[in-house]
Amino acid sequence: MDRREFLKMLALSGAAFTIKQSKAMSLMTQHFSGKEINENYDLVAVLGGTPVEMFRKGIAEFGGMEKFVKKGYKVVVKPNIGWDKTPEYAATTNPELVGEIIRQCFKVGAKEVTVFDHTCDDWRKCYASSGIEAAAKAAGAKVVPADLESYYESISLPRAKNLKSAKVHKALLESDVWINVPILKNHGGAKMTISMKNLMGIVWDRGFFHSHDLQQCIADICTMSKPAVLNVVDAYRLMKTNGPRGKTEADVVLAKGMFMSQDIVAVDTAATNFFNQVRDMPLESVGHLVKAQELKVGTMNLNQLNIKRIKM
Amino acid sequence: MLKKLRVVVSLLFFIPITLYFLDFRGVLPQQFHWLAKIQLVPALLSLNLIILTIIAGITFIFGRIYCSSVCPLGIFQDIVSWVSKQINKKKKFKFSTAKNILRWSVLGVIVITFFLGFSFLTGFFDPYSIYGRMATHLFKPVYMEGNNLLAGIFNAAGFHSLYKVQIYLLSLGTFLITLAMMLIIGYLSWKNGRLYCNTICPVGTTLGFLSKYSLFKIRFDQEQCNSCGLCSMNCKSSCIDAKEKTIDYSRCVNCFNCMEACKRNGFKFSTKSALRRKSTDNQTTTDIDNNKRRFLSTLAVSSFAVAGLPQEGIKINGFHKVKRETPVSPPGSKSAENLMSACTSCHLCVSKCPSQIIRPSLFEYGLGGIMQPMLSFEKGFCNYDCTVCSEICPSGALSALTKEEKHKNQMGQVHFILENCIVYKDETSCGACSEHCPTQAVSMVPYKNELTIPHTDTGICVGCGACEYACPAFPDKAIYVEGLKVHQQAAIKKEKSNHKIEIEDFGF
Repeated sequence: MDRREFLKMLALSGAAFTIKQSKAMSLMTQHFSGKEINENYDLVAVLGGTPVEMFRKGIAEFGGMEKFVKKGYKVVVKPNIGWDKTPEYAATTNPELVGEIIRQCFKVGAKEVTVFDHTCDDWRKCYASSGIEAAAKAAGAKVVPADLESYYESISLPRAKNLKSAKVHKALLESDVWINVPILKNHGGAKMTISMKNLMGIVWDRGFFHSHDLQQCIADICTMSKPAVLNVVDAYRLMKTNGPRGKTEADVVLAKGMFMSQDIVAVDTAATNFFNQVRDMPLESVGHLVKAQELKVGTMNLNQLNIKRIKM
Repeated sequence: MLKKLRVVVSLLFFIPITLYFLDFRGVLPQQFHWLAKIQLVPALLSLNLIILTIIAGITFIFGRIYCSSVCPLGIFQDIVSWVSKQINKKKKFKFSTAKNILRWSVLGVIVITFFLGFSFLTGFFDPYSIYGRMATHLFKPVYMEGNNLLAGIFNAAGFHSLYKVQIYLLSLGTFLITLAMMLIIGYLSWKNGRLYCNTICPVGTTLGFLSKYSLFKIRFDQEQCNSCGLCSMNCKSSCIDAKEKTIDYSRCVNCFNCMEACKRNGFKFSTKSALRRKSTDNQTTTDIDNNKRRFLSTLAVSSFAVAGLPQEGIKINGFHKVKRETPVSPPGSKSAENLMSACTSCHLCVSKCPSQIIRPSLFEYGLGGIMQPMLSFEKGFCNYDCTVCSEICPSGALSALTKEEKHKNQMGQVHFILENCIVYKDETSCGACSEHCPTQAVSMVPYKNELTIPHTDTGICVGCGACEYACPAFPDKAIYVEGLKVHQQAAIKKEKSNHKIEIEDFGF
């Protein structure tokens, strides 16, 4: 970097400091309402394609990405990047899917797309090994760290039972909308980790969840006033055993599935039912689903919903 | 000319090795660890004969080039005394006599204690290791703080090429020891140039002894010299007696400042035959004999002095009660004993560990193991696939492991305390330990109702500490890793190859 560039950057950053993001502002700019979407489907399930193909099909059924992302929006795409594992191990969200979602956001006029996850392994290794950092950057997104408390800001959760407040990543709080992109895996403690459990990657203090009834806290965080505008469950590869980290490729099933919905409980219910075909997983055993339904986060009753099923 | 060459060569060694210690992002290639491997004490402890031959060879031909240009602590002192000279232009060095008894006693005590199995002093006084600790515990936090300041500015401006890093104190004891050593050595070099190298440093004493026999030496040209004393005033080793026109070669580090300062071209860097008069050399030969005698006598004296040391270590070890009875020694160390026999506590592994979990010990390994590296799972855990520390260790205390070897290397074993476990106490789901476990030595098995509880299989545990780090139980963890005095092989279970599962339906 030469001196001129450095000075420019300095001036720019100085200017940036003068802008203060207020809570009220972020509320005003928050655009989420199920009613805006005119298509009738509550949930779209796609089977049998590549992640990118399945996403294209699925999002089209909802009426395209423009139903969720408006021109000039700041968007956060939140995959599961929790582990230092390559995509074949199905411990992290498929990078091609993440790339495609970002590209579609920009196509409909998103101003900025940010990607992060509060990882379990060293974040630099996770971001690199998962292929998500490279794919997201190639698609034009900003990839930001989430390993320090200073990146987080406290929000209150008045509807929650145990988790009355949580520190959530500022990138997400400052976004206009965010898209939740988990991968489908079994979980030794929580039984399943899908969309709801993926929210543990937007908070700072995961230890609190574990020590204050994990299943309840997962349901609690989903009561936040800014839910994901869309949940996209990557079940192209799913992890059936030894989750959520997994040991070998023997834990992985090439399932070629994808589930999309605005209802986080419904989409996880659908994905759990799908998983149940590989390994026994009764819905009642996944405590956070039941608890979230009790908190009226969403519904487990798929019969009430208008579901589009697509086989490719 | 020779001085300029010396300065350039020194910086070519000093800057890269310093940056390598500071580089927390892993930007510099791992091959840079050769800058540590070529250091004398690590080469000696790993019995790297090629490096030892080269250092000895260079010393026999040119003198203490190692001290002058390769040893980072030596160059650090040169920088300090250069700064002091910039501030006080009138600063002069002056000739002093050699502190031979002190030098040889220090060396003697270090050698004897080392062979008695007390390697602490070797690392404590090894100049490279001292510098390594300074870089790790003093310079690196400053560097990281600088990074964080810049990253703050960059990130606010929307640039994410820099990121902030967490800085924490790895070990108060080591920090204080290192700070004290830097202040003492820094003060000595501010006042007296290379005083540490020529009174305390065991490497300096050894190479000083060898360099008396070196082929090329800085020699007085008796005809040109008028004993003005300029050379002596510029000699940071205080080893030139301008009146007598003699140089104490055991202390000369070939900085060539004297040649640069001399206005009459009164020095030659040459072999013996190039000079007409040989009186100076005669003098040094008598010196050598004295030194040998002194060496032997100090050897005898110091061996008495240290006879009682190792036993003391056991007492202190027993006194400190810790939860973890055996510290977890880094991967590749094979055993605590092996680690302690070769580790000089240069803390390159401490500095380069991407997870920042290698920390200097206090008394965990006993008195002789102060400042030796051990794993701490307070802020992180050992990455399953990472082999960095084992690959970069310059002294052979850690032997290089491949990823496959690392997966089988058991440095500790998991211990589960049911009474502390959240699933047992609160009867709520957890599984934080198991989710972090790379080998599933901790797995979740059915418990009451829909709950699952940890189950451990020590046979396949590698001792990475992920479970211990992740365990949310408070105030006492429900799961922790107990170190192994001798590392073992972890069994690797054959996974049943996954028969193709085809999913035809949605399932709802």
